[in-house]
Amino acid sequence: MDLNLNPKERAFRDEVRAWLDANAPRDWAARRQAEESLNARFTYLRQWQRKLFDAGWAGISWPVEYGGRGASVIEQMIFLEEMARAQAPPMANVIGLGLVGPTIIAFGSARQKQAYLRKILSAEEIWCQGFSEPNAGSDLAALSTEARREGGYFVVNGHKCWTSYGWVADRCELLVRTDPAAPKHKGLTALLVDMHSPGIEVRGLRQMSGECEFSEIFFRDVRVPVEDVLGEVNDGWRVAIGTLAHERGTFGAALHVTYRRNVNRLVELAREMGRDGDALVRQKLAQCYAEIEIMRFNQMRAFSRIKETGVPGPEGSIQKIFWSELNQRLQQVAMEILGPYGQLAQGAEDAIDGGEWAYGYLRSRGNTIEAGTSEIQRNIIGHFVLGLAKSY
Amino acid sequence: MQFGLSESQRILKENARRFFASECPMSEVRRIAQTETAHDEALWRKMAAQGFPGVVIAEEAGGLGLGHVELAALAEEMGRALAPGGFLSTITAAAAIAAAGSRQYLAGIAAGTVKATVAFLESSASWDPEDVKMRGLTGEKRFVPDAATADFLVVATRESGELALYLVPRGALQITAMPALDLTRRLYKVRFENAGGDLLARGEAARRALERAFDVATVALCAEMTGGMQKMLDIAVEYAKTRKQFGRPIGQYQAVQHACADMLLWTESSRSAAYYAAWALDSASPPEASMAVSIAKSYASDACREVGNRAVQIQGGMGFTWENDTHFYYRRAKASEIAFGDAAYHRERIARMVFDQRLAGTTAG
Repeated sequence: MDLNLNPKERAFRDEVRAWLDANAPRDWAARRQAEESLNARFTYLRQWQRKLFDAGWAGISWPVEYGGRGASVIEQMIFLEEMARAQAPPMANVIGLGLVGPTIIAFGSARQKQAYLRKILSAEEIWCQGFSEPNAGSDLAALSTEARREGGYFVVNGHKCWTSYGWVADRCELLVRTDPAAPKHKGLTALLVDMHSPGIEVRGLRQMSGECEFSEIFFRDVRVPVEDVLGEVNDGWRVAIGTLAHERGTFGAALHVTYRRNVNRLVELAREMGRDGDALVRQKLAQCYAEIEIMRFNQMRAFSRIKETGVPGPEGSIQKIFWSELNQRLQQVAMEILGPYGQLAQGAEDAIDGGEWAYGYLRSRGNTIEAGTSEIQRNIIGHFVLGLAKSY
Repeated sequence: MQFGLSESQRILKENARRFFASECPMSEVRRIAQTETAHDEALWRKMAAQGFPGVVIAEEAGGLGLGHVELAALAEEMGRALAPGGFLSTITAAAAIAAAGSRQYLAGIAAGTVKATVAFLESSASWDPEDVKMRGLTGEKRFVPDAATADFLVVATRESGELALYLVPRGALQITAMPALDLTRRLYKVRFENAGGDLLARGEAARRALERAFDVATVALCAEMTGGMQKMLDIAVEYAKTRKQFGRPIGQYQAVQHACADMLLWTESSRSAAYYAAWALDSASPPEASMAVSIAKSYASDACREVGNRAVQIQGGMGFTWENDTHFYYRRAKASEIAFGDAAYHRERIARMVFDQRLAGTTAG
């Protein structure tokens, strides 16, 4: 048990920190407030990722042969924390880096690894994840997008939704049904699909917070070469579980930095508003502070385990529940402290912090739904961690 | 960075688990809980033979000289087994003595020949050292754990306005039981009338020694609470797997299954916080360690209560019976929630550090 960084990890952190000090753009926070087209903003993020890639900061824990750094998940965690501390813009290819890439590393063919991994790191090809459908959300294995084999191709027809980055993606890790006669988990296949193929139509999905982070995607006779099957045909469920484990287990790695910054800001605001002596406010802020730290401790434990086992396990669902429900509590505490000012949105003259709190409050509602609802996470813990009978 | 027990720490923990499983099974806990003091001298001697009371006492003073992570690992197993008696009381006193720079009684404690406790709370029941009002060695202390079996007490008192700590032999003190929920760790009222004792520390040194001792004891308590939570979770999950209603195991129903998932989340999070704080006691600055301790205790206090509530509820009528073991853990959980300050007390301690001192940054990273 040693929670200090070892000399190698410390040297790595210092190197990241120094590089970010010298190179991270400082205008990201202001830019998010500014009126700017989604495309212009995304181009900016893409260029930023390219700069990180050129400096060797993309794919910290990926193998060197695919353009990664070959370091451990601990270094990966340190890097994400430093990015959050520097308030650096996120990398453009979030899904590629966090979900699809690690899945290709685990299940992909030699050709797929050569063809796709490096371009994920350099942001030359942006990825999305085509899993959910209108009638297959929590019950993902019930999906009905189908792929029929025709010679050297699979021909895909169907409809995906809640696809983050769908509107800008070059490629998609797509989960489809290839054997309608098999039990629902056994007839699925993962395909790596070129989003510029004929027959693909992408539409934006506007959220309650006002933005269009998600898309829905329609597939009409889209031809995917057989060599782009990820893993084995009809073994797509295992591939999907691998992807989802990354989503739950490691995605929240640096959130404690952002949450802590939010609480520090709330402490400042409470002081400015003369509420820092209010026992109730103190209790609630201290509760947030404690829970953020505990989220960080849980994260350190989880990453130490992943370093030993190589892959995130079902206990990653604890992390997912923790970060999503904590953010909702935190945003509610913010609303209570700010009082009537909390509701003022971006553009309002008297809005505090440019309306970030009103936005954050709405956006946090999605946290317990995206990446697997809290109910599904509790099913996973109940069955796969505690060994209780499947409830569904 | 490695957040997990080392090989030797794992062995220590497994040995402790085996020890308590064989020397202190639930049948023994029930027997000891029904004795007058909930202390069993034979069990204590066996624990001492394992070196348990001296786990963090320096080797020069006769202890094992291990760290607080080892103490936490041991305490977690004691919590799982619901080991009764004055272990926590004794290590609290030992921590106060060591933190005051003294070695008095430490060899005896490590050898198992001396047991001790700390007499702190008064009628105000405040955990704040500022609220210690007793003058010299005359007055009354309340909620003193295991006083009836302690050989001496570390007594917090006030002399010329300054906090002072005295080592007072139990000898002629007037000790009265305060019957309470927890049957495995007894509380007493202790009356002092011009008692004799040795000065341990005064003023700032006394305040620091007391704060350190409470931090050490609180970490051990948080680890113990984690062990208790784990046991209540195990009991509830086992029941949910075997108890059938409407033709299915009740654990298959999401209302029950999700309650079990919450219990796991609270238990694991309490565990992370307890071990982080244990590590911080050895490896971080005193304010950072105190912060980690308050984070752990504020969380575990709420968590152990909620885990207990779920454990009883999931077992239905069976969980409410005397025959079922859960209530012994449930009783301990409430006592532990209160001991060394409840969640609200520790949240205010965090708030003081956040608002008033603005402890910035994080220790790791």
